[in-house]
Order: sequence, then structure tokens, then C-alpha cells
Amino acid sequence: MSGILGKKIGMTSMFDTEGKNVPCTVIEAGPCVVTQVKTVETDGYNAIQLAFSERREKSATNALKGHFSKANTSPKRKVGEFKDFSVEVKLGDVVKCDIVSEGIFCDVIGTSKGKGFQGVVKRHGFSGVGGATHGQHNRLRAPGSMGASSWPSRVFKGKRLGGRMGGDRVKLQNLQVLKVMPDQNLLIIKGAVPGHNGSFVKVEF
Amino acid sequence: MFGFPERKNSYYCRPDRNKKQNELIKMDLMKSAQEVLIPAKSVPVFKSGDTITVYYKIIEGNKEREQHFQGVVLQRKDTGATQTFTIRKISNGIGVERIFPLYSPKITKIEVNKKGVVRRARIFYLRNISGKAARIEEK
Repeated sequence: MSGILGKKIGMTSMFDTEGKNVPCTVIEAGPCVVTQVKTVETDGYNAIQLAFSERREKSATNALKGHFSKANTSPKRKVGEFKDFSVEVKLGDVVKCDIVSEGIFCDVIGTSKGKGFQGVVKRHGFSGVGGATHGQHNRLRAPGSMGASSWPSRVFKGKRLGGRMGGDRVKLQNLQVLKVMPDQNLLIIKGAVPGHNGSFVKVEF
Repeated sequence: MFGFPERKNSYYCRPDRNKKQNELIKMDLMKSAQEVLIPAKSVPVFKSGDTITVYYKIIEGNKEREQHFQGVVLQRKDTGATQTFTIRKISNGIGVERIFPLYSPKITKIEVNKKGVVRRARIFYLRNISGKAARIEEK
């Protein structure tokens, strides 16, 4: 596996060869710095750590400064680990989005938009209770039964109810890379990716 | 690094502190992405109230032929590569509207027939009037 860290810029659309209008997301991917190389001997598995996006020197802790100075680079805001990186890299190398080739399918990991406190219909896809007519009222988006009565006399743990929704780590698989623009460090990926504009994303392929 | 000068309060600072600047830089990146996405073809200048003819290709099975649609531009919408426009005509007494993506490769030609004088960017009021009232003054 290889991959790159990036930032979601926004969505737009483009036309494919058949003239179809294809929705796409623009991602600012890289340049990333290799800040750690993990090997079987030292860590028990092979992986590399990439760092992306400048962090102000002032806001970096000494621990972070030490970690990044090992790779001879300035403090960064986001680090991510990639197991068994398929491109040969050394500590301190710069990984740019030209490692991605056009047309391949990638997975994009991000943090979904926070939706706040949501009911069961939106959060878990319940269909609500009954109809709107026949004298029924205010049950349209209700969760329905909580469970049986005298046994178990309680609600089972894990019962799906309303609550905070969104803000989770989401991985979308098999998104096609439509265009790679190494000069501007941009990737154009088919469809939507998780998160709001400006949020960090991890592209794996 | 991105083709614009490094600023003191860079893009990478906390988003809320430099919201406006971040937006600007985001727009820069979006713009450079859209430069690639927008096909290099010339589109005539037109706005709402103008009467235009759009020639476009349609594919039926294996055959491809050209059709045209003439009408009044009701609105132009969005920016960049996603721009669209709506045109309306009266076909056999029934109003017909079509939305075209401006940069669609299926559009072969756009002809501006009349320049109209309207005071609005979106002339949806045209839907509610017909006949003499629906005339648009020509420039």
C-alpha cells in the first residue's frame, strides 16, 4: 500500500470522454515528508510515517520539534502512517502527489461532518412509527419499541437510539483518481470524500 | 510552493483566525483546478433576457445528430466549471425549459440572436406571464 496525506479543497465537476458530467472533489495532496521509517527489526512491522501541512514553530511542543528535526524538517500539523509503503523512501524524503497515477482507484479516509444530536431516523435509518393519519400524531420519527416488558425489564445495551452523529472517521473505498496535477499538488477524485472543506484526508491506494 | 507568495499568516494557521485568507487561498487552488477542468472553447457573452440558440449533439443508439433549442435565457448559475444556464421557449403553447451546462462538450455552438433589456439576473417572472406581456425589450 502507498498513500498520501492531503486537505479537501472543495467539489466541482468535469466532463468525461463521453460528455457525461462527473462530480469530483479537489484535494490538495502533499508535499509530505517522511518523518519515520518503521521496520520489522525495530517496530515489528514495516511502515512509514508521513507528515503534512506546516505547523507554526511557536505552537509545536519540544517533543514534536525533536521528532521532526530527526527528519530534518519543520514541525507539521498532521502525521499519518502507511503500512508496507510500496514506494522506496528514506527518512526525510518528500512524497508528492505524482506518486499517484491517473485512473487508479483509491480509498479516502476523513472525518465526517458533525451532524449534532440526531434522531433514530437520520442516525440509524429507522423508518419511524406508522402513518400520519388515522388520528395518530407525533410518532412519525419515533424509535418505536424499546424491547420486551417483564423480561428483561430493562433496555439492552447497544440499543440504537438518538445521539451525536457525524464527526467519525470514515473510509470511502474505490474512488477513481480522475486527474493528477503535480505542479499545484492537486488530486481530482471522482465523487465526494468525507469531511468539510479544509479538513485533512488520507488517500490510500 | 503553490504558485502564490508565502504569507506571514499562512494557510496552515488555525482556520478560524484566518478564515478570510484561507478562503482566498482555497479559491486560488480551486481556480487552478478549474483551469484544467474547463475545456478550452469560446463561449459567447450572454445574460438573462437574451434570446439564444443552443446547438447540441444527441446520441440515439449508435447514431449521433444535432438539435437546436432556441429560447430566452432565464438565468445563469454557478461559477467556474460547473456553470449552467436555463433557457425557456414556448413550444405549441406550452412553456419548455432546459438547463445546459455551459462547458458541456455536447454543445457544439451557442448563437446569440437577440440582446434583451431586463432588470433582473433571474427573470422567473416570465413563467407567469404570456403573450404581449412576455415581450422583452430589445437592446
